[in-house]
Amino acid sequence: MSIVIATLRRELLIAFRSPGDMINPLMFFVIAVTLFPLGVGSDKAFLSEIASGVIWVTALLAVMLSMDSLFRSDYEDGSLEQLLLSPQPIYFIILAKVAGHWLISGLPLVILAPVLASMLALPQQSLLPLLAGLMLGTPILTLLGAIGMALTVGLSRSGLLLAVLILPLYIPVLVFGTGLVDSAQGGMGISGLLALLGAMLVLAVCLAPLAIVAALRISVN
Amino acid sequence: MLGVKDLYCERDDRVLFRNLGFETAAGDIWQIQGSNGSGKTTLLRILCGLNDEYQGEIHWNGQALHKVRADFHRQLFYLGHAPAINKTLTPRENLRWFCASRGLDKTDEIKQALNSFKLYGYDDLPCYQLSAGQQRRVSLARLKLSAAPLWIVDEPFTALDKAGVAELEAFLESHADNGGTVILTTHHSLNMKSPVKTIDLDALATQVAA
Repeated sequence: MSIVIATLRRELLIAFRSPGDMINPLMFFVIAVTLFPLGVGSDKAFLSEIASGVIWVTALLAVMLSMDSLFRSDYEDGSLEQLLLSPQPIYFIILAKVAGHWLISGLPLVILAPVLASMLALPQQSLLPLLAGLMLGTPILTLLGAIGMALTVGLSRSGLLLAVLILPLYIPVLVFGTGLVDSAQGGMGISGLLALLGAMLVLAVCLAPLAIVAALRISVN
Repeated sequence: MLGVKDLYCERDDRVLFRNLGFETAAGDIWQIQGSNGSGKTTLLRILCGLNDEYQGEIHWNGQALHKVRADFHRQLFYLGHAPAINKTLTPRENLRWFCASRGLDKTDEIKQALNSFKLYGYDDLPCYQLSAGQQRRVSLARLKLSAAPLWIVDEPFTALDKAGVAELEAFLESHADNGGTVILTTHHSLNMKSPVKTIDLDALATQVAA
Protein backbone atom coordinates (compact mmCIF):
# COMPACT_ATOMS: atom_id res chain seq x y z
CA MET A 1 0.00 0.00 0.00
CA SER A 2 3.03 2.27 -0.24
CA ILE A 3 1.63 3.65 -3.49
CA VAL A 4 -1.43 4.99 -1.61
CA ILE A 5 0.75 6.81 0.90
CA ALA A 6 3.09 8.06 -1.85
CA THR A 7 0.18 9.38 -3.92
CA LEU A 8 -1.47 11.07 -0.92
CA ARG A 9 1.86 12.65 -0.02
CA ARG A 10 2.37 13.88 -3.59
CA GLU A 11 -1.14 15.40 -3.76
CA LEU A 12 -0.74 17.21 -0.45
CA LEU A 13 2.74 18.49 -1.33
CA ILE A 14 1.48 19.87 -4.65
CA ALA A 15 -1.46 21.50 -2.89
CA PHE A 16 0.69 23.20 -0.28
CA ARG A 17 3.17 24.40 -2.93
CA SER A 18 0.39 26.07 -4.94
CA PRO A 19 -2.01 27.27 -2.23
CA GLY A 20 -4.12 29.30 -4.67
CA ASP A 21 -5.83 26.16 -5.94
CA MET A 22 -6.72 25.31 -2.38
CA ILE A 23 -7.75 28.72 -1.07
CA ASN A 24 -9.80 30.05 -4.00
CA PRO A 25 -12.73 27.59 -3.68
CA LEU A 26 -12.76 28.28 0.08
CA MET A 27 -12.89 32.03 -0.50
CA PHE A 28 -15.70 31.45 -2.98
CA PHE A 29 -17.57 29.47 -0.32
CA VAL A 30 -17.22 32.24 2.27
CA ILE A 31 -18.01 35.11 -0.10
CA ALA A 32 -20.99 33.43 -1.79
CA VAL A 33 -22.59 32.57 1.57
CA THR A 34 -21.94 36.12 2.79
CA LEU A 35 -23.83 37.53 -0.19
CA PHE A 36 -27.10 35.92 0.90
CA PRO A 37 -27.83 38.03 4.00
CA LEU A 38 -26.93 41.09 1.92
CA GLY A 39 -29.30 40.04 -0.83
CA VAL A 40 -32.31 38.67 1.05
CA GLY A 41 -32.14 40.89 4.12
CA SER A 42 -31.03 40.21 7.64
CA ASP A 43 -34.30 38.90 9.06
CA LYS A 44 -33.09 36.26 11.50
CA ALA A 45 -36.08 33.95 11.23
CA PHE A 46 -35.91 33.90 7.44
CA LEU A 47 -32.14 33.42 7.38
CA SER A 48 -32.25 30.51 9.79
CA GLU A 49 -34.83 28.87 7.53
CA ILE A 50 -32.67 29.06 4.40
CA ALA A 51 -29.30 28.62 6.15
CA SER A 52 -28.80 24.90 5.55
CA GLY A 53 -29.86 25.15 1.91
CA VAL A 54 -27.55 28.09 1.24
CA ILE A 55 -24.58 26.37 2.86
CA TRP A 56 -25.21 23.11 1.03
CA VAL A 57 -25.66 24.67 -2.42
CA THR A 58 -22.62 26.87 -2.00
CA ALA A 59 -20.50 23.99 -0.72
CA LEU A 60 -21.60 21.95 -3.71
CA LEU A 61 -20.55 24.70 -6.12
CA ALA A 62 -17.26 25.21 -4.28
CA VAL A 63 -16.44 21.51 -4.59
CA MET A 64 -17.23 21.67 -8.29
CA LEU A 65 -15.00 24.72 -8.76
CA SER A 66 -12.14 22.99 -6.96
CA MET A 67 -12.22 19.98 -9.29
CA ASP A 68 -10.19 21.63 -12.02
CA SER A 69 -6.91 21.20 -10.14
CA LEU A 70 -7.44 17.46 -9.70
CA PHE A 71 -6.27 16.17 -13.10
CA ARG A 72 -5.48 19.31 -15.11
CA SER A 73 -1.75 19.65 -14.41
CA ASP A 74 -1.19 15.88 -14.57
CA TYR A 75 -2.86 15.84 -17.96
CA GLU A 76 -0.77 18.70 -19.26
CA ASP A 77 2.62 17.52 -18.03
CA GLY A 78 2.15 13.87 -19.01
CA SER A 79 1.96 12.44 -15.47
CA LEU A 80 -1.50 11.11 -16.23
CA GLU A 81 -0.12 8.80 -18.91
CA GLN A 82 2.48 7.51 -16.45
CA LEU A 83 -0.27 6.96 -13.91
CA LEU A 84 -2.33 4.93 -16.39
CA LEU A 85 0.71 2.84 -17.31
CA SER A 86 1.56 2.08 -13.70
CA PRO A 87 1.66 -1.62 -12.86
CA GLN A 88 0.34 -0.80 -9.37
CA PRO A 89 -3.42 -1.15 -8.76
CA ILE A 90 -4.77 1.96 -10.42
CA TYR A 91 -8.02 1.82 -8.42
CA PHE A 92 -6.11 2.64 -5.24
CA ILE A 93 -3.94 5.29 -6.89
CA ILE A 94 -7.07 7.11 -8.07
CA LEU A 95 -8.78 6.67 -4.70
CA ALA A 96 -5.72 8.13 -2.97
CA LYS A 97 -5.65 11.03 -5.41
CA VAL A 98 -9.31 11.85 -4.81
CA ALA A 99 -8.92 11.40 -1.04
CA GLY A 100 -6.00 13.83 -1.10
CA HIS A 101 -8.09 16.28 -3.05
CA TRP A 102 -10.95 16.00 -0.55
CA LEU A 103 -8.56 16.64 2.34
CA ILE A 104 -7.56 19.99 0.82
CA SER A 105 -10.89 21.06 -0.69
CA GLY A 106 -13.80 19.26 1.03
CA LEU A 107 -12.60 19.05 4.60
CA PRO A 108 -11.83 22.80 4.91
CA LEU A 109 -15.43 23.48 3.80
CA VAL A 110 -16.74 21.31 6.63
CA ILE A 111 -14.45 23.10 9.08
CA LEU A 112 -15.58 26.54 7.92
CA ALA A 113 -19.28 25.66 7.87
CA PRO A 114 -19.99 26.33 11.61
CA VAL A 115 -18.77 29.93 11.26
CA LEU A 116 -21.02 30.54 8.28
CA ALA A 117 -23.90 28.69 9.97
CA SER A 118 -23.78 31.04 12.94
CA MET A 119 -23.66 34.00 10.55
CA LEU A 120 -26.91 32.74 8.97
CA ALA A 121 -28.44 32.18 12.45
CA LEU A 122 -28.76 28.42 12.00
CA PRO A 123 -30.38 27.02 15.20
CA GLN A 124 -27.93 25.33 17.55
CA GLN A 125 -29.59 21.90 17.36
CA SER A 126 -29.22 21.89 13.54
CA LEU A 127 -25.49 22.48 13.51
CA LEU A 128 -24.44 18.90 14.20
CA PRO A 129 -26.72 17.40 11.52
CA LEU A 130 -25.40 19.96 9.04
CA LEU A 131 -21.78 19.06 9.78
CA ALA A 132 -22.44 15.32 9.78
CA GLY A 133 -24.18 15.66 6.43
CA LEU A 134 -21.32 17.70 4.96
CA MET A 135 -18.75 15.28 6.36
CA LEU A 136 -20.43 12.36 4.55
CA GLY A 137 -21.64 14.37 1.57
CA THR A 138 -18.56 16.31 0.41
CA PRO A 139 -16.51 13.15 -0.32
CA ILE A 140 -19.40 11.95 -2.51
CA LEU A 141 -19.40 15.30 -4.30
CA THR A 142 -15.62 15.07 -4.80
CA LEU A 143 -15.84 11.52 -6.17
CA LEU A 144 -18.67 12.39 -8.58
CA GLY A 145 -16.90 15.59 -9.62
CA ALA A 146 -13.77 13.59 -10.33
CA ILE A 147 -15.70 11.47 -12.84
CA GLY A 148 -16.83 14.61 -14.67
CA MET A 149 -13.37 16.11 -14.49
CA ALA A 150 -11.80 12.91 -15.85
CA LEU A 151 -14.18 13.04 -18.81
CA THR A 152 -13.54 16.69 -19.61
CA VAL A 153 -9.84 17.09 -18.76
CA GLY A 154 -8.87 16.71 -22.43
CA LEU A 155 -11.05 19.65 -23.49
CA SER A 156 -9.55 23.10 -23.35
CA ARG A 157 -12.53 24.98 -21.89
CA SER A 158 -14.40 22.46 -19.83
CA GLY A 159 -15.75 24.65 -16.99
CA LEU A 160 -19.40 24.93 -17.99
CA LEU A 161 -19.54 21.46 -19.50
CA LEU A 162 -18.35 20.07 -16.18
CA ALA A 163 -21.19 21.90 -14.40
CA VAL A 164 -23.77 20.57 -16.85
CA LEU A 165 -22.42 17.04 -16.47
CA ILE A 166 -22.14 16.73 -12.72
CA LEU A 167 -24.61 19.13 -11.12
CA PRO A 168 -27.55 16.79 -11.91
CA LEU A 169 -25.61 14.00 -10.17
CA TYR A 170 -25.27 16.19 -7.08
CA ILE A 171 -29.04 16.45 -6.58
CA PRO A 172 -29.51 13.34 -4.38
CA VAL A 173 -26.70 14.42 -2.06
CA LEU A 174 -28.22 17.89 -1.80
CA VAL A 175 -31.70 16.52 -1.10
CA PHE A 176 -30.55 14.17 1.66
CA GLY A 177 -28.07 16.67 3.09
CA THR A 178 -30.61 19.45 3.52
CA GLY A 179 -33.28 16.93 4.50
CA LEU A 180 -31.06 15.94 7.40
CA VAL A 181 -31.07 19.47 8.78
CA ASP A 182 -34.83 19.88 8.22
CA SER A 183 -35.56 16.66 10.13
CA ALA A 184 -33.43 17.83 13.03
CA GLN A 185 -35.17 21.22 13.06
CA GLY A 186 -38.54 19.45 13.01
CA GLY A 187 -37.48 17.32 15.97
CA MET A 188 -37.38 14.07 13.99
CA GLY A 189 -34.64 11.45 14.04
CA ILE A 190 -31.79 11.79 11.60
CA SER A 191 -30.22 8.34 11.76
CA GLY A 192 -32.12 7.07 8.73
CA LEU A 193 -30.99 9.88 6.45
CA LEU A 194 -27.46 9.67 7.83
CA ALA A 195 -27.40 5.97 7.02
CA LEU A 196 -28.60 6.73 3.49
CA LEU A 197 -25.85 9.29 2.96
CA GLY A 198 -23.33 6.83 4.38
CA ALA A 199 -24.53 4.14 2.00
CA MET A 200 -24.17 6.58 -0.91
CA LEU A 201 -20.62 7.34 0.21
CA VAL A 202 -19.72 3.63 0.35
CA LEU A 203 -21.20 3.12 -3.09
CA ALA A 204 -19.30 6.12 -4.48
CA VAL A 205 -16.00 4.95 -2.95
CA CYS A 206 -16.49 1.50 -4.47
CA LEU A 207 -17.66 2.48 -7.95
CA ALA A 208 -16.50 6.01 -8.76
CA PRO A 209 -12.78 5.12 -9.12
CA LEU A 210 -13.69 2.57 -11.80
CA ALA A 211 -15.60 5.22 -13.74
CA ILE A 212 -12.77 7.72 -13.24
CA VAL A 213 -10.18 5.29 -14.64
CA ALA A 214 -12.36 4.50 -17.66
CA ALA A 215 -12.95 8.22 -18.28
CA LEU A 216 -9.25 9.03 -17.97
CA ARG A 217 -8.39 6.33 -20.52
CA ILE A 218 -10.81 7.97 -22.95
CA SER A 219 -9.38 11.42 -22.24
CA VAL A 220 -5.74 10.50 -22.95
CA ASN A 221 -6.64 8.42 -26.02
CA MET B 1 9.07 -9.47 -26.94
CA LEU B 2 6.78 -6.95 -28.64
CA GLY B 3 5.32 -8.05 -31.97
CA VAL B 4 3.12 -6.07 -34.33
CA LYS B 5 1.13 -7.52 -37.23
CA ASP B 6 -0.94 -5.79 -39.91
CA LEU B 7 -1.24 -2.59 -37.94
CA TYR B 8 -3.53 -0.02 -39.49
CA CYS B 9 -4.26 3.44 -38.19
CA GLU B 10 -5.95 6.46 -39.65
CA ARG B 11 -6.43 9.88 -38.21
CA ASP B 12 -8.84 12.51 -39.52
CA ASP B 13 -9.48 10.40 -42.67
CA ARG B 14 -5.76 10.20 -43.38
CA VAL B 15 -4.12 6.78 -43.33
CA LEU B 16 -1.01 6.96 -41.15
CA PHE B 17 0.18 3.42 -41.75
CA ARG B 18 -1.15 0.18 -43.14
CA ASN B 19 0.21 -3.39 -42.97
CA LEU B 20 2.82 -2.31 -40.48
CA GLY B 21 4.55 -5.29 -38.95
CA PHE B 22 7.69 -5.89 -36.93
CA GLU B 23 8.96 -8.01 -34.08
CA THR B 24 11.38 -6.76 -31.46
CA ALA B 25 13.90 -8.97 -29.73
CA ALA B 26 16.06 -8.53 -26.65
CA GLY B 27 19.00 -6.29 -27.47
CA ASP B 28 17.23 -4.40 -30.26
CA ILE B 29 17.20 -0.66 -30.82
CA TRP B 30 14.37 0.48 -33.07
CA GLN B 31 14.13 3.98 -34.44
CA ILE B 32 10.82 5.20 -35.82
CA GLN B 33 11.45 7.77 -38.51
CA GLY B 34 9.09 10.10 -40.30
CA SER B 35 8.34 13.75 -40.91
CA ASN B 36 6.22 15.86 -38.58
CA GLY B 37 2.69 14.54 -38.44
CA SER B 38 3.58 11.16 -39.93
CA GLY B 39 2.29 9.34 -36.84
CA LYS B 40 5.42 8.53 -34.83
CA THR B 41 3.94 9.53 -31.50
CA THR B 42 0.63 7.87 -32.38
CA LEU B 43 2.47 4.62 -33.12
CA LEU B 44 4.36 4.73 -29.81
CA ARG B 45 1.16 5.44 -27.89
CA ILE B 46 -0.56 2.54 -29.65
CA LEU B 47 2.32 0.26 -28.67
CA CYS B 48 2.00 1.35 -25.03
CA GLY B 49 -1.74 0.78 -24.96
CA LEU B 50 -2.57 4.45 -24.43
CA ASN B 51 -4.29 4.75 -27.80
CA ASP B 52 -6.69 2.09 -29.03
CA GLU B 53 -7.85 3.62 -32.30
CA TYR B 54 -6.16 1.06 -34.53
CA GLN B 55 -6.76 -2.22 -36.25
CA GLY B 56 -4.36 -5.13 -36.26
CA GLU B 57 -2.62 -7.23 -33.67
CA ILE B 58 -0.06 -6.38 -31.03
CA HIS B 59 1.54 -9.22 -29.12
CA TRP B 60 3.62 -9.26 -26.00
CA ASN B 61 5.68 -12.44 -25.57
CA GLY B 62 3.32 -14.22 -27.96
CA GLN B 63 0.08 -13.19 -26.24
CA ALA B 64 -2.41 -10.52 -27.28
CA LEU B 65 -1.50 -7.26 -25.54
CA HIS B 66 -4.91 -6.55 -24.00
CA LYS B 67 -4.84 -9.93 -22.23
CA VAL B 68 -1.46 -9.41 -20.57
CA ARG B 69 -1.74 -5.69 -19.92
CA ALA B 70 -0.68 -5.83 -16.27
CA ASP B 71 2.40 -7.90 -17.03
CA PHE B 72 3.21 -5.69 -20.03
CA HIS B 73 3.01 -2.52 -17.94
CA ARG B 74 5.42 -4.03 -15.41
CA GLN B 75 7.95 -4.59 -18.19
CA LEU B 76 7.42 -1.24 -19.92
CA PHE B 77 9.00 2.12 -19.39
CA TYR B 78 7.36 4.85 -21.45
CA LEU B 79 8.49 8.41 -21.76
CA GLY B 80 6.23 10.60 -23.84
CA HIS B 81 6.57 14.03 -25.40
CA ALA B 82 5.70 15.74 -22.14
CA PRO B 83 8.30 15.19 -19.41
CA ALA B 84 5.76 13.95 -16.81
CA ILE B 85 7.39 16.15 -14.21
CA ASN B 86 5.29 18.18 -11.79
CA LYS B 87 6.89 21.60 -11.77
CA THR B 88 6.00 22.48 -8.19
CA LEU B 89 7.71 19.36 -6.87
CA THR B 90 11.46 18.91 -6.59
CA PRO B 91 13.32 16.37 -8.76
CA ARG B 92 13.65 14.11 -5.74
CA GLU B 93 9.91 14.22 -4.97
CA ASN B 94 9.05 13.58 -8.60
CA LEU B 95 11.31 10.53 -8.75
CA ARG B 96 10.09 9.26 -5.39
CA TRP B 97 6.53 9.09 -6.69
CA PHE B 98 7.76 7.46 -9.88
CA CYS B 99 9.48 4.73 -7.85
CA ALA B 100 6.33 4.17 -5.79
CA SER B 101 4.13 4.03 -8.90
CA ARG B 102 6.44 1.39 -10.38
CA GLY B 103 6.62 -0.57 -7.13
CA LEU B 104 10.36 0.08 -6.87
CA ASP B 105 12.01 0.39 -3.49
CA LYS B 106 14.87 2.61 -4.59
CA THR B 107 14.65 5.76 -2.49
CA ASP B 108 18.39 5.57 -1.78
CA GLU B 109 19.29 5.41 -5.44
CA ILE B 110 17.39 8.55 -6.44
CA LYS B 111 20.26 10.85 -5.56
CA GLN B 112 22.66 8.70 -7.55
CA ALA B 113 20.33 8.68 -10.56
CA LEU B 114 20.03 12.48 -10.44
CA ASN B 115 23.80 12.86 -10.11
CA SER B 116 24.42 10.68 -13.13
CA PHE B 117 22.26 13.04 -15.14
CA LYS B 118 24.27 16.04 -13.91
CA LEU B 119 21.66 17.29 -11.49
CA TYR B 120 23.94 17.33 -8.49
CA GLY B 121 22.81 20.06 -6.11
CA TYR B 122 19.44 20.48 -7.80
CA ASP B 123 17.66 17.67 -5.92
CA ASP B 124 15.67 19.95 -3.67
CA LEU B 125 14.80 22.85 -5.97
CA PRO B 126 11.27 23.00 -7.38
CA CYS B 127 11.36 21.91 -11.02
CA TYR B 128 10.00 25.22 -12.33
CA GLN B 129 13.32 26.76 -11.36
CA LEU B 130 15.20 24.33 -13.62
CA SER B 131 15.88 24.92 -17.31
CA ALA B 132 14.08 22.92 -20.01
CA GLY B 133 17.15 20.74 -20.51
CA GLN B 134 17.44 20.07 -16.78
CA GLN B 135 13.76 19.17 -16.58
CA ARG B 136 14.32 16.72 -19.42
CA ARG B 137 17.22 15.27 -17.43
CA VAL B 138 15.00 14.79 -14.38
CA SER B 139 12.59 12.95 -16.62
CA LEU B 140 15.37 10.81 -18.08
CA ALA B 141 16.83 10.02 -14.66
CA ARG B 142 13.87 7.65 -14.33
CA LEU B 143 15.54 5.42 -16.91
CA LYS B 144 18.26 4.78 -14.33
CA LEU B 145 15.71 3.72 -11.73
CA SER B 146 13.49 1.71 -14.02
CA ALA B 147 13.82 -2.06 -13.98
CA ALA B 148 11.74 -2.53 -17.13
CA PRO B 149 13.33 -4.28 -20.12
CA LEU B 150 11.29 -2.47 -22.78
CA TRP B 151 11.85 1.27 -23.14
CA ILE B 152 9.59 3.27 -25.42
CA VAL B 153 10.86 6.84 -25.57
CA ASP B 154 9.43 9.67 -27.66
CA GLU B 155 11.96 12.31 -28.72
CA PRO B 156 14.23 11.78 -25.70
CA PHE B 157 16.92 14.12 -27.03
CA THR B 158 14.72 17.25 -27.00
CA ALA B 159 16.36 20.17 -25.15
CA LEU B 160 19.49 18.20 -24.23
CA ASP B 161 22.93 19.72 -24.83
CA LYS B 162 25.51 17.97 -27.06
CA ALA B 163 27.22 16.15 -24.20
CA GLY B 164 23.83 15.11 -22.86
CA VAL B 165 22.82 13.66 -26.24
CA ALA B 166 26.01 11.60 -26.47
CA GLU B 167 25.60 10.34 -22.89
CA LEU B 168 21.98 9.40 -23.47
CA GLU B 169 22.88 7.56 -26.69
CA ALA B 170 25.53 5.60 -24.82
CA PHE B 171 23.07 4.89 -22.04
CA LEU B 172 20.35 3.63 -24.40
CA GLU B 173 22.96 1.48 -26.11
CA SER B 174 24.12 -0.01 -22.83
CA HIS B 175 20.51 -0.92 -22.02
CA ALA B 176 20.28 -2.82 -25.33
CA ASP B 177 23.65 -4.47 -24.67
CA ASN B 178 22.31 -5.71 -21.36
CA GLY B 179 19.44 -7.46 -23.10
CA GLY B 180 16.89 -4.62 -23.05
CA THR B 181 14.90 -3.26 -25.96
CA VAL B 182 14.63 0.39 -26.95
CA ILE B 183 12.04 1.86 -29.30
CA LEU B 184 12.52 5.57 -29.92
CA THR B 185 11.64 8.41 -32.21
CA THR B 186 14.05 11.20 -32.97
CA HIS B 187 14.86 13.61 -35.78
CA HIS B 188 18.49 13.61 -34.84
CA SER B 189 20.78 11.10 -36.58
CA LEU B 190 21.81 8.52 -34.05
CA ASN B 191 25.46 7.92 -33.46
CA MET B 192 25.53 4.40 -32.07
CA LYS B 193 27.89 1.49 -32.49
CA SER B 194 25.25 -1.22 -32.35
CA PRO B 195 22.93 -1.66 -35.36
CA VAL B 196 19.73 0.40 -35.24
CA LYS B 197 16.66 -1.02 -36.95
CA THR B 198 14.41 1.59 -38.50
CA ILE B 199 10.77 1.93 -39.40
CA ASP B 200 10.22 4.73 -41.89
CA LEU B 201 6.64 5.95 -41.68
CA ASP B 202 7.08 8.29 -44.67
CA ALA B 203 8.09 5.34 -46.85
CA LEU B 204 5.05 3.41 -45.60
CA ALA B 205 2.82 6.40 -46.40
CA THR B 206 4.08 6.50 -50.03
CA GLN B 207 3.25 2.81 -50.35
CA VAL B 208 -0.25 3.58 -49.13
CA ALA B 209 -0.61 6.39 -51.64
CA ALA B 210 0.63 4.14 -54.46
